[in-house]
Amino acid sequence: MNNTLFGFAAGDTWLHRLSGATKLLAFIGISLIAMASYDTRFTAAIVVMSLVLFKMAHIHWRQIRLVVKLILVFSLLNLLTVYLFSPEYGVSLYGTRHLLAGSGYFTLTQEQLFYELNLALKYVVTVPLALLFLITTNPSEFAASLNKLHLSYKISYAVALSLRYIPDIQHVYHQISQSQQARGYELSKKAGPLHRLRGAAQVLMPLIFSSLDRIETISQAMELRRFGRDKHRSWYMDRPFGAADWAVIAGTGVIIAIGLSLFAVNGGRFFNPFR
Amino acid sequence: MAEPIIQFDHVTFQYDSQAEPTLQDVSLTITRGEKVLIVGPSGSGKSTLGNLINGLIPHAIPGKLTGKVTVCGQDVAASSVFDLSQHVGTVLQDPDSQFVGLTTAEDIAFALENDGTAVAAMHERVAAVAATLGIKGQLAQSPQDLSGGQKQRTAMAGVLIDNGQVLLFDEPLAALDPATGKSSIELIADLHHRLGVTVVIIEHRLEDVLTQPVDRVLVIDNGRLIADVTPAELLHGTLLPQIGVRSPLYLQALTAAGIDLAQVKGIESVTTVAAPNLAQRLAEWSAAEARPTKPAAGEPLLRVQGLRFGYDKQTQIFDGLDLTINRGDMVALVGRNGVGKTTLSQLLVGFEQPQAGTMTFAGTDLASLSIKERADRIGYIMQDPNQMISKNLIRDEVGLGLDLRGVAAAERDARVDEALRICGLYEFRHWPISALSFGQKKRVTIAAILVLRPEMLILDEPTAGQDWRHYTQMMRFLERLNRKHGMTIMLITHDMHLMLEYANRTVVLGDRGILLDAQPASVLSDTAVIKAASLAETSLYQLAKRFGLDPYRFTSQVIAHERRVTGDE
Amino acid sequence: MNNKRNTLSVKTVVAIGIGTAIIFILKRWVSIPSGIPNTNIDTSYGFLGFFSILFGPIAGFVSGFLGHALTDFTAYGSPWWTWVFTTGLVGGIIGLFWKRLDVTQGDFGVKKILAYNSVQILTNFGGWAVVAPTLDVLVYSEPANKVYLQGIVSAISNSVSAGVIGTILLVAYAATRTKKGSLKKE
Repeated sequence: MNNTLFGFAAGDTWLHRLSGATKLLAFIGISLIAMASYDTRFTAAIVVMSLVLFKMAHIHWRQIRLVVKLILVFSLLNLLTVYLFSPEYGVSLYGTRHLLAGSGYFTLTQEQLFYELNLALKYVVTVPLALLFLITTNPSEFAASLNKLHLSYKISYAVALSLRYIPDIQHVYHQISQSQQARGYELSKKAGPLHRLRGAAQVLMPLIFSSLDRIETISQAMELRRFGRDKHRSWYMDRPFGAADWAVIAGTGVIIAIGLSLFAVNGGRFFNPFR
Repeated sequence: MAEPIIQFDHVTFQYDSQAEPTLQDVSLTITRGEKVLIVGPSGSGKSTLGNLINGLIPHAIPGKLTGKVTVCGQDVAASSVFDLSQHVGTVLQDPDSQFVGLTTAEDIAFALENDGTAVAAMHERVAAVAATLGIKGQLAQSPQDLSGGQKQRTAMAGVLIDNGQVLLFDEPLAALDPATGKSSIELIADLHHRLGVTVVIIEHRLEDVLTQPVDRVLVIDNGRLIADVTPAELLHGTLLPQIGVRSPLYLQALTAAGIDLAQVKGIESVTTVAAPNLAQRLAEWSAAEARPTKPAAGEPLLRVQGLRFGYDKQTQIFDGLDLTINRGDMVALVGRNGVGKTTLSQLLVGFEQPQAGTMTFAGTDLASLSIKERADRIGYIMQDPNQMISKNLIRDEVGLGLDLRGVAAAERDARVDEALRICGLYEFRHWPISALSFGQKKRVTIAAILVLRPEMLILDEPTAGQDWRHYTQMMRFLERLNRKHGMTIMLITHDMHLMLEYANRTVVLGDRGILLDAQPASVLSDTAVIKAASLAETSLYQLAKRFGLDPYRFTSQVIAHERRVTGDE
Repeated sequence: MNNKRNTLSVKTVVAIGIGTAIIFILKRWVSIPSGIPNTNIDTSYGFLGFFSILFGPIAGFVSGFLGHALTDFTAYGSPWWTWVFTTGLVGGIIGLFWKRLDVTQGDFGVKKILAYNSVQILTNFGGWAVVAPTLDVLVYSEPANKVYLQGIVSAISNSVSAGVIGTILLVAYAATRTKKGSLKKE
């Protein structure tokens, strides 16, 4: 149940065998640099690289179909809104104006198209990496990885606890919301939003208050097994670093260095082909 | 030999939130290697006593402690939960809330992880403990996906990994079906024997615990230790009924037959119990008692035909289930954990949708009704009242369903008062719900359903977590609803006593369908059904068989006699 | 709260885990149409307000951050970090007032209701109308007018959620903390 929630699928490719900490570090590093850089060549290269890795992890289309569709819809909507709000934003960013069509407010310029292409790349660039991370990393190993990256073990364990309890609480939520529907609450009814919000608060009340009781029970159970006594703890699912891990971390470092050096080459975050 | 391992010296404890001390002047000694049972009704202070042994009191739960508790040579008040946990392993009441790991293996390793044990050593120890408890095959599974018995074993493995000297079990039977409960008690006995540890069991289900030998029983009532005796002494005496703990059924049978318990030998077990001319006297008594009568069936109220359902494609839970519930029935729905008892109720009230089949209620096709409309006909009461209550005041909570249905104020108030009176809550009507006990909260949820005037009630484990006194109150109340108000009731239960005593019909659910649909007492004569449904033979059945009596007839007679004697309160 | 050391208590750790799970579930399942097309009121901000007052700034920040990040991860494959961070920030800042607005003693009257709502409205507007869009412009280079308008809509909707649901939960929680003793049968 836990394992399917975030899409983890056991496998035995080199990506599966990497330590979770390595994958997390690589994911965060590459996302950050991809977020910062507006160099089209760089982000496009990262997209290509992630797709290659995807292939190597033997991930099937059906595993990611739904998410990919959602992302496409979300991205298209956002790109459209950006255009509606600022059709000339690209012009102000790149400092030149190559008009393709239109006049007045709604103009279409090469600069705007190029800017939106960059934006689209940004929306999708981290997606394959994120999916790769979720599908090849055992959730049990996730908390251990966070701790390995020097996040406090207590916060790391809080993450593990939330993964552990999401299915349980989700189940309870469905039970409660149905029994409240039987009482007569109908959240989707055509009533004013304020009325509906108050209704939602009533429906959620049993869920939240029973969860507060749960917090007491779980924390006592954990203290009875010495959680929080020492400054450190070990992890059953911990994986030692191997040569592949170091290689991936080095690779990530190289990618980040390229991204940063492009800032110098381009004289800023933007790669400008119009000049 | 008799080295004390747990000592209470004039211990009094008062919770910060309480006006009175929960434990008063308790002194006791438990010696190394002993197996001790602590019994008492709900609220007697027995769990408080357990929390003093593992140090949750006073370290995690605030309150005022006087006197001294010593465990394994340490003063509990001066020690810490962490240090004590090295000596005392605690298995909590509900294993589900004790599991913190995503997999069984991680959960077992949890304490070692917190000690910073090296990964390789941890894997070795986990494998060894899992092998001891027979759950080696489950290590990679999520603990929630385990069976009830495997969950219990996982919880035990998680504390056994510490090699502690004391094992403390807080109501180990609460969440288990009869057969699993029985094997858990056997497992505890086996661990006690093999590891030579000191075992403390806190439980109000006396008969079930005593199916395996216990050295001593401590009886707690109203915060005081009122008896410190051997099981035999306890059973010979008259203490149990006075404090609201049920004495074993086989002894109730002996009492019914007019046998003085003081003269009984081997009283601890149904297999050894003996008295002069016992067989003959039981047979004579049974022959003189009236034969059990078959209750007349009412007209069909709910008809389920060809019901098919599964949460996913691989596992079919119902494959063509047929069931008829008659008006006025009090049906017990039994079966092992996970067989689909709750699922069936949720299909009836519309929380889940069937893949095929029809369900008609008093001639109406249920498929044509929404969840809300079905609730006007069939009321469903969840096991945990805290998951149903969404208002602070009793009146508001009970009237909620009517408010949401736009019922006029005058009628609403009248119906709320009526429901409160039926449920015995009228005098509390202006109280905040938070001030009520668990059993009273349960009644509030029942009242909140009754105001909608359904024709049938489905209750999920109506007596779970309640002691005998509250259990009897709840069941008598439901029985009155059934007899006086003509309410058709379906009870989902694990409790064999409940089924025998209160139901007029038992439906046993097995894999994919109904295994048996018969009168309660006859269910227990069918060993194949008992095994498949994870039920357990009651001691009445074993007693009847031991002395060559008809178990069905004998069981019915003892229950009927018991009811005549205690009377309708 | 019994752990007297300076680090997080076990109870806070558990609260973070459970709080994150609840935020995740609310974001995923329970949003309420606001009446304006395509804009939903996110009930998780009501819970976050309540939760932060109950468990403090660290729990508020971490649960908000993680709950939002996990939701984005599972729904869109990748978190929109600027907004994820802002959710954490809002929880953290509201949480700073947990000692002053203490609900555990069973008292949450008009004064505290007003104080809580002033705090949550200021925080939500500061977070959603200022911090989140500014970060969007800086980090993602999105056009300013678009992100600020989106920010203002979110600020309104999230403070409505924190106001209505948060207040109801806080008042109800305080009511469960009333002591026995004064209660008589009648």
